[in-house]
Parts: sequence; C-alpha cells; structure tokens
Amino acid sequence: MKPLRKRRLMFVLSIVIGVGAAVALGLFAMKQNINLFYSPQEIVQGNAPKNTLIRLGGLVVAGSVKRAPDSLKVMFDLTDNAENITVSYEGILPDLFREGQGIVTMGELKDDGNFVASEVLAKHDENYMSPEVAEAIKKAEAEAKARKPKTYN
Amino acid sequence: MNWQWFHRLSSPKWFYQISERWLPWVMGVSLVLMAAGIYQGLFNSVPDYQQGESVRIMYLHVPTAFASMMFYMVMAIAAAIGYIWRIKLAHMAAISAAPVGAAMTFLALFTGAFWGKPMWGTWWVWDARLTSELILLFLYLGFISLHQAFEDREVGDRAAGVLAMVGVVNIPIIHFSVEWWNTLHQGATISKFEKPSLDPSMLIALLLMIFAVILFCSAIMMYRMRNEVLSRENNKSWVKEVVLGKQIGKMK
Repeated sequence: MKPLRKRRLMFVLSIVIGVGAAVALGLFAMKQNINLFYSPQEIVQGNAPKNTLIRLGGLVVAGSVKRAPDSLKVMFDLTDNAENITVSYEGILPDLFREGQGIVTMGELKDDGNFVASEVLAKHDENYMSPEVAEAIKKAEAEAKARKPKTYN
Repeated sequence: MNWQWFHRLSSPKWFYQISERWLPWVMGVSLVLMAAGIYQGLFNSVPDYQQGESVRIMYLHVPTAFASMMFYMVMAIAAAIGYIWRIKLAHMAAISAAPVGAAMTFLALFTGAFWGKPMWGTWWVWDARLTSELILLFLYLGFISLHQAFEDREVGDRAAGVLAMVGVVNIPIIHFSVEWWNTLHQGATISKFEKPSLDPSMLIALLLMIFAVILFCSAIMMYRMRNEVLSRENNKSWVKEVVLGKQIGKMK
C-alpha cells in the first residue's frame, strides 16, 4: 500500500474507533437515563424519584386486575418476578393489555408506594404465532401442570 | 500482485455498461419476490395470537428497517473506499445509496408508528430503538445536505464521506438497543442465532419481503448511480456517444 493511502486508511480507522469509543463511554455514563422505564425492584429499592413523572415497566400480575363497575378506573399489580407495585389508572387500555402481558406505564410514584399512571403502553414480545398454536401451547401447559403434583412453593 | 481487475472494477464506463445488462434482472427478480411476498403476507400467512391482523405491518416494517441499516453500511463503506483510494465510482455509490437508505428509514419509522398506535397505545415513544433509528434518518439527511453544500463536488464527496464513516457507530447501537436498555420496542426475532420464534408462514412472507426490498433498493441505487456517472463524466467522449446515440435513436 502506498504511504499516502495508508495514512488515509489510518485516518479513517482512527476517527471510526475514536468516535466509537467516545460514544460508548457517553452511553455507558448515561445508561440509566436511556432506559425507558424503571422496574418494580428498582422502585422498591428506592432508586426512582417520588412525586415526579417517571415510567414503570413490568408484567401484569394474573388475577390482580380490578376494574371499577361505573368508570374507567382500573387497578392492577406490576411485577418483574422480584417485587410487585400496585398501579392505578383511569382511561382506555391498549389492545394488548391483559394479565401476564408486559406493559410500560407513565405516572407518579406516591409516598405510600403506589403508582398513579397517566398513560399505559403495552409491550409486545418477540414471539409471533397463530391463535391456534397459542391455544395449543396454553393447553399443553395446563395439562403438564395438572399431571405434575405441585412440588414448588 | 496484479491490481488490474480492481481498477477495471472502479471504472465508471465499465459500471455503466455492466449495470445496463444487470438492471432489468435485479428489478425483475425484486418485483417477482415482492409480489410473492405481498401475497404470502396478506393472504397466506396466519394472524398473530395477540396482535391479530395488525401483525401484517411487520412484512413492510422489518424489511425497510433492515434495508435502512444495510444501505447505511453500503454508503459508509463506499465512502471509506472512495476516501482512501480516491475512487470516483465509490463516491458515486455512496451518494446514490443515501436517498434510498433515507427513504427506507422513513418508511420503517412510519410503518412502526402505525403499528405502535393500536398495539402499544402510542405513535411514538422516546425509547432507545426508536430514537437511534430517528438519528439514522438525520445522518442520511445530514450526509445529503453536507454533500450538496460544497461547490466542488469532490470536496463534498470527502467531507460527507467522513460524516458517513463517523455515523457508523449508530448502526450497532440501533441493532443492540433492545438488548442493552429497557425499551418499549420488542427484541429481535429472526436475527438471533436460535430458531426464529415466529410462525413458518410468517417467516416465509418476511424473508420474501426482505430479499425483495433489498433487491428493489439495489436497483434504485443502480439507476441513481448510472445518472451520477453520466452527470460527472459528461466531458468524456463515451458519455457523449451514449447520450447523443440515445437522442438520435429517439429522433428516428
């Protein structure tokens, strides 16, 4: 390789590596700010600010959804399989909202540890299947559960 | 080592002639694949167990998002080759790839918003995946504007080329954003090395559309490159022959 070309190659490599390193350090420093939401565990540990607008993400605990009979008020628990947080919300829930579904809510954490949401977004996972397959998996899981005596808990 | 083949590869005239033969094939195969992919996606694949029919937006969203990143890499590598070896054809490739990639980025963001509204409950959220894809659109637009800002086209080639190379850091950030941070956007389904976690009929539609979109973008890029070659080499005798020959053909 001719010296001039080699110099240009070095220049290109050094800017790509240099900028890459700078961006990596910057992103590492801002790691917490880039996360879209806090997990219930982080909130229980006191890492989230109170009485200010934050996002909380987790799975809706099965059987925890309570709807008010005469309004759009709804209460449910969110879990990350470590801690639970009770969320209250008034409004229309997205199509994908259901028990066991991952969701992200925006709202304020009150002093009593409850979360008052002003917005609820459903998170979709990376699995796509037909309704029939989903039904079959559900059935198989239920059967496996019925066959096996509960050894955990 | 004999570098003759490499120099021939970088000759605009050679490219103009070879692309004339290749272009109908690339475009033709792309349109056939696209027709098959659209049929498979809209009529022959199953709805999703949670999303229902809305899942079909994926057959446009994923290929355009993939192409948006792929053509950025094409552009940046072409710019780097042009910068280091001072190859004119490489710079022409870079400037021809930019609008194609920008259009794909826009489409990915647009289709994503349309899927997000019914599924997530919002058009837009400032999570790492969506934000980094938006930055990609700005990188493309920045590249195009910077290139046009210079009176001297070759200075513009090199200046915009440096921007393209710097922007490469954004590509792994887009790809891994869903793993590194909590995002609303779901993780990767088919680019991981395990068995893809989607229905086979969906996978067929998705793969058909991915190849169709890549070939379609390549064809558009080749059209643009051919224009770029004619416009930049306009003082060469072979270009005069090509252009005048076509005009005479029209007059007959």
